[in-house]
Amino acid sequence: MGSRVLVTGADTFWGGRVIQALEADPGVDVILGLGEHDPSVPFERAEFVRADQTYSILHRLVQATKVDTIIHTFLVSDSTLAKSRALHEINVIGTMNLLAAASASGSAVTNLVVKSSTKVYGANERDPYWFSEETKRSTPPKTMVERSLIEAESLIADFAVDRPQTAVSVLRFANVLSGGLTTPITQNLSRPFCPALIGFDPLLQFVSSEDVVRALEHATRLKLRGVYNVAGAGRLPWSEVVSMVGSRPLPMPSLHHRLLMRPLAAAGLYEMPTELADLLRFGRGVDCSKIEATGFTFRRSSAAAVQAFAEHLRLDRSTGSEPLAYRYEHDVEQFFRHSPAVIDRG
Amino acid sequence: MEEPRLTQTSERSNMIVPLPSPTEEPVYEPRRSDVDEWGRSERVRQVIRTVYDPIYSKWFRVEWENFERIPTEGGALLVANHAGAVPSDAPVIMHGIESQLDRPVYGLADYFFRSVPFIGTMWSRSGGVAARPENAERLLRDQGQLALVFPEGTKGPSKAFADRYHLRRFGRGGFIEIAMRTGTPIIPLAVVGSEEAMPILFRLPAMAKVLGTPYFPVTANLLTMGPLGIVLPFPVKMKISVLEPITFDVEPGLERYPRSLVLEQSERVRELIQEEVFEMLKARRSIWRG
Repeated sequence: MGSRVLVTGADTFWGGRVIQALEADPGVDVILGLGEHDPSVPFERAEFVRADQTYSILHRLVQATKVDTIIHTFLVSDSTLAKSRALHEINVIGTMNLLAAASASGSAVTNLVVKSSTKVYGANERDPYWFSEETKRSTPPKTMVERSLIEAESLIADFAVDRPQTAVSVLRFANVLSGGLTTPITQNLSRPFCPALIGFDPLLQFVSSEDVVRALEHATRLKLRGVYNVAGAGRLPWSEVVSMVGSRPLPMPSLHHRLLMRPLAAAGLYEMPTELADLLRFGRGVDCSKIEATGFTFRRSSAAAVQAFAEHLRLDRSTGSEPLAYRYEHDVEQFFRHSPAVIDRG
Repeated sequence: MEEPRLTQTSERSNMIVPLPSPTEEPVYEPRRSDVDEWGRSERVRQVIRTVYDPIYSKWFRVEWENFERIPTEGGALLVANHAGAVPSDAPVIMHGIESQLDRPVYGLADYFFRSVPFIGTMWSRSGGVAARPENAERLLRDQGQLALVFPEGTKGPSKAFADRYHLRRFGRGGFIEIAMRTGTPIIPLAVVGSEEAMPILFRLPAMAKVLGTPYFPVTANLLTMGPLGIVLPFPVKMKISVLEPITFDVEPGLERYPRSLVLEQSERVRELIQEEVFEMLKARRSIWRG
């Protein structure tokens, strides 16, 4: 019998891509996508279930559908997407409810895969150049996004101890560069001038969105246990990243950049949350030998991820705006899936 | 690009004898600079070597003893004494080895540099690496590089001229543990000349506090040469003696080593360098001519 998978954050960039990847896997029987808003990509056979951010219906859902695998993609690691309060609700309370549902009696969950971020390590001058999964961060977390991710991870670690029959893996992803994904870094890089802190040229590490989805699939398939870093090989200086994507550095003072950035952020040009400002001073690197030892191979190194993103930007500049976005129409989806009139369900 | 492979794999799985998996293609690296994962750039080093060479050979007239003891390949931890307000020993050792052996030397130093704009970036591009055990282990064990470390830390350069050539405590012996864990030899270096190149007359702790630096020295260079004295060392004769490599007869790769053994070995290395420094001072006739 194939597996029955529940994916959180089905309406987000990541949930959507993970579901699309699972749909192509004949070993997966049932795919349930959980999300607050309409999905942004079309699903072929996944069922979309609407839920609020803290998953109050999750308990019933896990009981009723007997899912055996949960892929938790809905940990928000971009602090510009939600207010501090909402970040706490989504990352901590949402994860808590998810774990409660997964550990209730009658739950068939044997596999939990969580998409976390290397932001849990922070960025500081005291850091080692390469974090392993066990390395402690050098200073206490400063921002809510870091705090909430760390708290969510510790809830998950407790869950893994309390429920040994469930294989729990946490994947910590480096900054992702990809077309279609808007983060403070991709937004800044897509401008003709990109903020850089005066006198600092840190070494950064990136991962391509393709490798993110592949790593989540890999962890699901092999039922990995434990924490894994996921990032492309190598690190490269920010100045080189900026030049590779065809932008030029916009020098910002390293101490008072917030004053200067505020109007620019308000105008929708740039974003510079605290964790990005730290990253642009000190950089960050994570060691991925642990996930590679499980048989995972990366398609793209850090530099190749930057190159692919640069190619996407060039295409974008030449063709103008993105192609029309997919719009979820409930009735249309239902018709194609369930109407007897439809012969080829593709 | 990779998608059409799907059909190939399904064919292969039907065969009785599976084909060997295709050899991995070299990963295409679309890099524009030659900055490596430590932040070091060989091009920047080349420029620095060109600029620094007259200082090395004309100003300091650096002389090495037993240079052949420095390995031409494989990891090794170079351990040296450290002195002078802005220590000249680090650039001299790195320049000497890089230009003679044509292999990079990574200088492990206080992470403080990373937080200083411009200087931190230049320090990193020229081969400076924050002295964290994880960094040293990756350099030595995984990459077989040469790493230079000053176990005295900032206690060495910050000592006053009256204490010259008296080596400070060698930290907590972290460098011994690194050598034991990675199974790499320690090569002690005794340096003479750096103390007089930029002697500290006295320190201003209040200034250090305001600026956030580890120490704030008032040097003889500053008093005699003015602002130029911040960067310009006196033209002393510098001599570096390479001691016998030290290897430890312990199992590499352990998480911890007996503290007593680590401290004992750390003290042993310190004493070896201290004795060699005294021997070199006995033979030295002039600070300026050696």
